[in-house]
Amino acid sequence: MDTITDQQAQGITRVEELAYELKVSQAMSTNVKTVTPDMQMNDVLELLRNEHISGAPVIENGELTGVVSIEDLIRSMCICDTSAPIRDFMSRKLIFVHSYDPLVKAIEEFTRTKVGRLPVVNEEGKLVGIITKGDVTRGVLIALQKDVQVEEIRRYRASHLFEDIISDRTTLVLRYQIKANDFIHGGTASSNIKRALVRLGANQQLARRCGIAIYESEMNLIIHTLYGGTIRVEIEPNHIIIEASDEGPGIIDIAKAMQPGFTTAPEEVRELGFGAGMGLNNIMRCVDHLNLESSPGRGTKLEMKIFLTPNESLRQPNSQE
Amino acid sequence: MNLQDIVDQLDLNPYTQGKPLNTIEPSGGYTSDLLSCVMAGAKQGNIWITLQAHVNIVAVAALLDLSAVVITEGAQPDTATIERALEQNITLLGTNQPSYLVAGKLWEMGLKSG
Repeated sequence: MDTITDQQAQGITRVEELAYELKVSQAMSTNVKTVTPDMQMNDVLELLRNEHISGAPVIENGELTGVVSIEDLIRSMCICDTSAPIRDFMSRKLIFVHSYDPLVKAIEEFTRTKVGRLPVVNEEGKLVGIITKGDVTRGVLIALQKDVQVEEIRRYRASHLFEDIISDRTTLVLRYQIKANDFIHGGTASSNIKRALVRLGANQQLARRCGIAIYESEMNLIIHTLYGGTIRVEIEPNHIIIEASDEGPGIIDIAKAMQPGFTTAPEEVRELGFGAGMGLNNIMRCVDHLNLESSPGRGTKLEMKIFLTPNESLRQPNSQE
Repeated sequence: MNLQDIVDQLDLNPYTQGKPLNTIEPSGGYTSDLLSCVMAGAKQGNIWITLQAHVNIVAVAALLDLSAVVITEGAQPDTATIERALEQNITLLGTNQPSYLVAGKLWEMGLKSG
């Protein structure tokens, strides 16, 4: 498993989830060709050839009684007995799934029994469809497609923002009001901004850098300010400017505040795991430029700038300048 | 090794699960109770061992795309924490064991990357 990348692992995970979420009825084929035990193996030959299928359920008096497959047909041909009734060659082992079973049940049956197709019956035991391994794959693919479509549309719309709006310079500004002591909502603004950046086409690493810098700024406003503050994120195709500002109390000694491990957080906040004195240091690791202005009694303004590499640029590479 | 194996072997109590546990493979582990240390040190997909149980651990786990949070020493997440975790698809697991033992057992199970 070591060779599987994160991205592949995520893909597998979603497919596996879908195997549990989807019902057999969502993937099965309802156009079932059936035969009766009295028909001849010759009829099976015709059916399989005309319909390009490899087997069919056998129905007697409206009830599923077995399955006849290409293997059964070959057996009858080997002894030159294709005019024999289907009942002589059909498989009576009743292997089937319910229409309301999760798709994973069908996958398990395929693995366990090695059969290539499974009749599907409803609550009353009546045949309602048939499912093959191909149907399973198709069903999962369609669901995956639907799944990503919604987020994809959002991402598509957002990621073309900078192309669709023609101007000499387009800037997207996001503003968030952060309340003092609002630990319950701590991290909400940074989570929302991270999601916005991903939709705008930011890669994982860039979204994460911004997420960390904004989270620390957000927590600073919650922990240290008198009246909360504002986070303003200015996004342009080639850079992101983050500004966290408040109206007090202000920092007495900026150089000291920048020292790793230095904190003025009260004890009850430190007990929650905040106030490690690492916030500004974490921010510095994540941004390309940091400017901290503060005066006691007035307030603090923390400005952070992240430059996007050509790879990370939020403008589509083939767009016109 | 997936989260289900870890839950079974360490006898953890799942408070919430983001995805089916047997579909998540942690990329490694990290332990600290200082959120800023976690923000600085934990990597994507890591399982985070902490005795913090308040609502902000969910934000940290979501921002860092952690695979799960193991809350140790019997600390109980409150309903706000559990609700937020459900909302954000974060897996929260609980245990009475101390962080040191949990980390040690994960290491023994082969989860050796940080």
